[in-house]
Amino acid sequence: MSTIYILWLRQLKRYVRSKPRMIGSLGQPILFLFALGFGFGPIYAKAGGGNYIEFLGPGIIAMSVMFTAVFTGIEIIWDRQFGFLKETLVAPVPRFQIMLGRTLGGATVATIQGFIVFLLALVAGFRPVSYAMLPLALVFVFLIALHFAAIGTAFGSLLEDMQAFPLIMNFIMMPLFFLSGSLFPLNGIPEAILAMTYANPLTYGVDGLRAALAANAHFAVSTDFLLLSGMTVIMLSIGGYLFSKIRI
Amino acid sequence: MNIIEVRELVKIFDGLTAVDHVSFSVSHGDIFAFLGPNGAGKTTTIKMLTTLLSPTSGHISLNGADPAKDQDGVRRSFGIVFQDQSLDDELTALENLEFHGVLYKVPRDLRRKRIAELLQIVELTDRKDDLVKHFSGGMKRRLEIARGLLHHPKILFLDEPTLGLDPQTRNHIWSYIHGLNKAEGITVFFTTHYMEEADRAANRVAVIDHGKIVTEGTPAELKERTKTQSLEDAFLALTGKEVRAEEASSKDFMRMHRNVWRR
Repeated sequence: MSTIYILWLRQLKRYVRSKPRMIGSLGQPILFLFALGFGFGPIYAKAGGGNYIEFLGPGIIAMSVMFTAVFTGIEIIWDRQFGFLKETLVAPVPRFQIMLGRTLGGATVATIQGFIVFLLALVAGFRPVSYAMLPLALVFVFLIALHFAAIGTAFGSLLEDMQAFPLIMNFIMMPLFFLSGSLFPLNGIPEAILAMTYANPLTYGVDGLRAALAANAHFAVSTDFLLLSGMTVIMLSIGGYLFSKIRI
Repeated sequence: MNIIEVRELVKIFDGLTAVDHVSFSVSHGDIFAFLGPNGAGKTTTIKMLTTLLSPTSGHISLNGADPAKDQDGVRRSFGIVFQDQSLDDELTALENLEFHGVLYKVPRDLRRKRIAELLQIVELTDRKDDLVKHFSGGMKRRLEIARGLLHHPKILFLDEPTLGLDPQTRNHIWSYIHGLNKAEGITVFFTTHYMEEADRAANRVAVIDHGKIVTEGTPAELKERTKTQSLEDAFLALTGKEVRAEEASSKDFMRMHRNVWRR
């Protein structure tokens, strides 16, 4: 436990001390919230969808949590390049605990980031249907964060090249984002695309979050929760395996 | 019994034999210098001794534990200062030490006491709450030595501990290490390219070249055997005067340009 805790604490301290990182990662969600929210709002309303910001809000929160979480994986590459990883790898503790501590730290950072984006969404005009549902929203935000932090850990363990990491992650994450129902409802989209969204973990994260914040879900909340949790466990196992294979 | 016992150690990377049937031993309380030109197999040997690499064949015993069977037992018995910096720059000196202490499960009270004591020894008490990124190279080294000693290891590995430091700092660092060797009976295993340093600090020396142990003994014995005046001349007599090629790795490149990449 203490191993997991100290690695988690380290991630958090580094995040809190890096103000540019905190502020910089808010740019994208702000852009999406305001540009898409106000741009597509009138069309969405005309098409009978109602208030677009209400629909978009949870999607943008999920997106920023996903990107923040995935990019915490690059810290493994940093630590490898600048030596700190060795300090943890010669310590008499199981590798899986080190990986879990790091990943939980990354997930916590992404969850905090998600909360800040939630506040920004309030500014953009988003209103949750009930504040009593916020704990459920937090559960989904944390699951998204943990799942994608584990993906970040997996790729951070595989890649040694700091420049390749963001390129590869964007290449994988952008389609996941667009095919998750973050930006548009899943009703009535072509079968082929629908199949892809069903295979996408973010779909269930966004849907669960939307159930909690906007009471407007495509699947049952329990379906969202079970599928996303299952996928998270699988991703943590893959990440743990790849991390254990790191050689210096 | 010897605290480090290495028999017929071999490491082959993709057909290239980096370490070739190396055997040596280090007794309790020795200050042991492991010398060799670039690419001779020093770092590969240290990596195998410290569980970062597994040998192709051969046997290692560290403080009675076998890294192939009891990895954590081996890991608890040594402290290490790597050739390259391995501190977290974004944490303070104290936080770096705390992190290490928790990772090695040093109980809280003992940890606090030991950290205060070690900060005194390496003269960093005043700077303990400063971020490590504001430290000079010598201060970072001293902090790493303190960290390596935090969990009361039996053996301290130092891979080129004084590389790139000025003579004052080098001198300082060696006086700490000597003090610790005397006070705590800690065995020190180090590599260096500064021969006069090895001559002064070590009571035993082994020279490795092309993955093989060339000779082993006290500095005086080495000089006698090669009929030379200094350890540097003895070293050159044993390993030749040819310059060894060592390519810069991508890691070196990154390090050179690290400021560009800093957030």
